[in-house]
Amino acid sequence: MKVAIIRFPGTNCDRDVYHALELAGGEPEYAWWNQRDLSSFDGIIIPGGFSYGDYLRAGAIAAITPVINGIKDAVKAGKPVLGICNGAQILAEIGLVPGVFTNNSHAKFLCRWTELKVKTTRTPFTSMYSAGDIIKMPIAHAEGRYYNDEIQKLKDQDQVVLAFEGENPNGSMEAITGVCDEDGLVCAVMPHPERASEVILGSDDGLKFFKGIVNY
Amino acid sequence: MKYDAEVKISLKKGMLNPEAATIQRALALLKYQVENTKTLQIIKFSIEGDSEDIVRQKVDEMCQKLLCNPVIHNYEIGIAPED
Repeated sequence: MKVAIIRFPGTNCDRDVYHALELAGGEPEYAWWNQRDLSSFDGIIIPGGFSYGDYLRAGAIAAITPVINGIKDAVKAGKPVLGICNGAQILAEIGLVPGVFTNNSHAKFLCRWTELKVKTTRTPFTSMYSAGDIIKMPIAHAEGRYYNDEIQKLKDQDQVVLAFEGENPNGSMEAITGVCDEDGLVCAVMPHPERASEVILGSDDGLKFFKGIVNY
Repeated sequence: MKYDAEVKISLKKGMLNPEAATIQRALALLKYQVENTKTLQIIKFSIEGDSEDIVRQKVDEMCQKLLCNPVIHNYEIGIAPED
């Protein structure tokens, strides 16, 4: 499974994702923001960071770069795409997943471990969990509050992937912090599975996200 | 002909504005009691075009493609001949 890890100026979780993908048995390779053709890859991960300094809105400028065309083509070809943190914000900006991740309700950067409930297992990335599993992964964002004016539709179509369990740290609607497209192949999550991919990091609950794409 | 364009971006009614809420609380610390605090973003540039209408249409496209997120934002466009 050859997986592209997309790099923009300001991306900073690319090497962590590379490591996690290797742990999961995948073949990661970096691809830059100006690479238009991603057809040689079997899957795509957009890692976290602060692409283009979060200017305008988090993810807004990355959303108009040439690599986005390659990502859209991959989605049409039925390949799995995962956006983590800034990657999730970018996927929402492009409209590949519904809604938006915007400023946290308490206007501060949150960097902490959270407990999360796996809401659906129909995405490749959550296919190795059971629905209702409680997993531990960290968040690190200032713009992670999920907002969607069609929340009922999202739930009816089984597009909620992760929700905070217990405390809702950023004020997200219905504590939602991971969503997918209608087909379940494009997945956007604010928590960082790569930062929870080995026990030495505090949890390996996130490794199944990468095993899921490798086994897809 | 050259025009000055101004795009004023605001949050849609009912959207939470944590930055404005924080500013309002800070003003209260200085004993200024204010209400309905809002923050807006203004982007200005000059642009060449054949008429005000054509320029306005182009700037509207920019708003939809990049400058705003239609899920959460409203925007106002101002176009005037360059000084």
